[in-house]
Amino acid sequence: MVPVSYYLILSGILFTIGTVGILVRRNALVIFMSIEVMLNAVNLTFLAAGRYLNSLDGQVIVLLVLTVAAAEVAVGLALIVAIFRSRGTTDVDEVNLLKW
Amino acid sequence: MLYQAWIIPILPLLGAATNAFLGARLGKRFVSLVACGTVGLAFWGSAWVFADLTRLPAGERLAMLPMYQWISAGDFQVNFALQVDPLSAVMLLVVSGVSFLIHVYSTGYMAEDRGYARYFTYLNLFVFSMLLLVTANNFLVLYVGWELVGLCSYLLIGFWYERKAAADAGKKAFIVNRVGDLGFALGVMLIFVTFGSLDYQDVFAGAPQMLAVGSVTATTITLLLFVGATGKSAQIPLYVWLPDAMEGPTPVSALIHAATMVTAGVYMVARTHALFELAPFSLSVVATIGAVTAFYAATIALVQADIKRMLAYSTISQLGYMFLAVGVGAYAAGIFHLTTHAFFKALLFLGAGSVMHALGGETNMLKMGGLRLKLPVTYWAFVVGALAISGFPGLSGFFSKDAILWQAFASPRGGIALWAMGLATGALTAFYALRAVFLTFHGESRLTWEAERHVHEPPSSMALPLGLLAALAALGGYLGLPHILGGSDALGSFLAPVFLDQANTALETQAPGNELGLMGLAVLAAFLGMGLAWYFYLARPEAPGALARRLGGLYALLANKYYVDEIYGGLVVQPLVALAHFLGEGFEIAVIDGVVNGVGRTVAASGAWLRRLQTGFVRNYALSIFLGAVIVLGYFLFR
Repeated sequence: MVPVSYYLILSGILFTIGTVGILVRRNALVIFMSIEVMLNAVNLTFLAAGRYLNSLDGQVIVLLVLTVAAAEVAVGLALIVAIFRSRGTTDVDEVNLLKW
Repeated sequence: MLYQAWIIPILPLLGAATNAFLGARLGKRFVSLVACGTVGLAFWGSAWVFADLTRLPAGERLAMLPMYQWISAGDFQVNFALQVDPLSAVMLLVVSGVSFLIHVYSTGYMAEDRGYARYFTYLNLFVFSMLLLVTANNFLVLYVGWELVGLCSYLLIGFWYERKAAADAGKKAFIVNRVGDLGFALGVMLIFVTFGSLDYQDVFAGAPQMLAVGSVTATTITLLLFVGATGKSAQIPLYVWLPDAMEGPTPVSALIHAATMVTAGVYMVARTHALFELAPFSLSVVATIGAVTAFYAATIALVQADIKRMLAYSTISQLGYMFLAVGVGAYAAGIFHLTTHAFFKALLFLGAGSVMHALGGETNMLKMGGLRLKLPVTYWAFVVGALAISGFPGLSGFFSKDAILWQAFASPRGGIALWAMGLATGALTAFYALRAVFLTFHGESRLTWEAERHVHEPPSSMALPLGLLAALAALGGYLGLPHILGGSDALGSFLAPVFLDQANTALETQAPGNELGLMGLAVLAAFLGMGLAWYFYLARPEAPGALARRLGGLYALLANKYYVDEIYGGLVVQPLVALAHFLGEGFEIAVIDGVVNGVGRTVAASGAWLRRLQTGFVRNYALSIFLGAVIVLGYFLFR
């Protein structure tokens, strides 16, 4: 039996990787993947906690998150394609018109 | 009818509302019908009330008409309440009667005016306000009427607002009246603080117990009230607005600035005599101001060339007489003179209006002359008015003026000095009144050729009121025929219950010979004035010019009205205008604008600085979200 803390530590590492990825990478696709990593880190936490507490609620929430993430991927990828078509790049530092 | 007397003021108000909303659409006939009809009905109602009052025993002639509770705030309880007593009834009759005649006259005088409906709206509103003023049952309703007549006066003086002089005169009247009204308002407030009530009954009944004779409170209240009276009734030092008020239409001058509104101060002092009786100092101030104003204004009237301004100064002078009367405690005599003055002064103004009507608006008497053959009706009406104001024996002015002079001499509050000023004023009055008659109607015609062709008698709508007023001016004096001449002083005894608490017992002890002797002196003075006027303006027409040249300094002083307008201009108006300029062009721009614009600039500058946060780089936003989350988490972990 693997203790629950291992899962939580793994989840924390995954979440940190995702956060750092968002902050340091410029390619919109990579940032998108980082967000997915963060979401799945949270999912892992839910599953571990659900198992630990003998509750099905964790798995239900994860299914919900997966659904939302699927929709988010569809919208997010469409946005990235649209940006690439109009700006010719997916570098987020080039997409900075909305500012003071 | 006594307890339905509230209908009397309401009628002209309805007329004003009808003419204001429908008058312009329904035509002049409708407007004149509504305006004259409502005031005529008000007069009929006043006569009815008067008749009902006379049927009651003398002691019970008082009807209170509480309408509704108006203000209720803690201890401050005011009802909208009216009352009818002999004093109110006399004022109701005078106001509604003279108003009705002047309304009828106005239908002829203003027939060609574009603002016909507007004129009668204002005029009806004025009648409502004045009737409210004289029937008020407490000081707040009195104050409302007092302010409303001031408003109507302003509106009617500036009726021809396209003329700058008229608009300026309206403003001047309003602003000068504000000064007086401030005093009046302070007086009313002090009454409430002192008595805890504004009802006449509470205040007048409580006054002798709560205030000692000559106490500071009583003197302050009455002096403040009198400040209001000097404004409304054009006494020194606040009389300056009345001569300028002649810019309004002549019937307005007759109604508001001669017969009714300007007498509101006299009415107010008579009404509040219970307070004035407790303040001998205030009464002597009233009498002195009255006597001085009477003499002072009469001297100015001597040399005025403009017929309306001459009559305006004459009005100020006659109002001075009334204040002299109430100041020596002769309240009934004051109201008597108020009544006869309403008749003969309205007559003189309407006569002057008739002359102006005939001459196309000319008011300069030096450009008239010889009109008596062309305008016989106007001439005879004007002569009756002039003789009445001069105190010609048998006409109304003689009796009322004589009652005042006699009481000024014999009352313990009066004295030789006050009487002598009144007597001298009588001679001056006779002189300027007859001077106006001779300059306007006698002698060689000094009209221009065009004006000469245009001269015509007024229409019957104007001639009829002239005739009725002439009859009243001639016979009105018999209302108060003194006992010494075999009369019964009907007006005085009718008013006596109101003024009962201070019956002038001292008068009874005077020898009857004195009264007759003084009467003779007054008649002599009047004839002296008339004779001088005849000598200067009929017998030796070149004499006035010669005299004016001999007494150049004095003449200039009088012709320029003692330079009072200039002095007020220098002492009050110009400093205020300079202050306004400083506030408007210096303080406003530097301080007010500076603060307002400074706040705006500060907000704009901080916004310009803060908006730099909005970089447009998605990672910056993500970082701040992340840091925010860390801070929130950290707070919960480490608190």
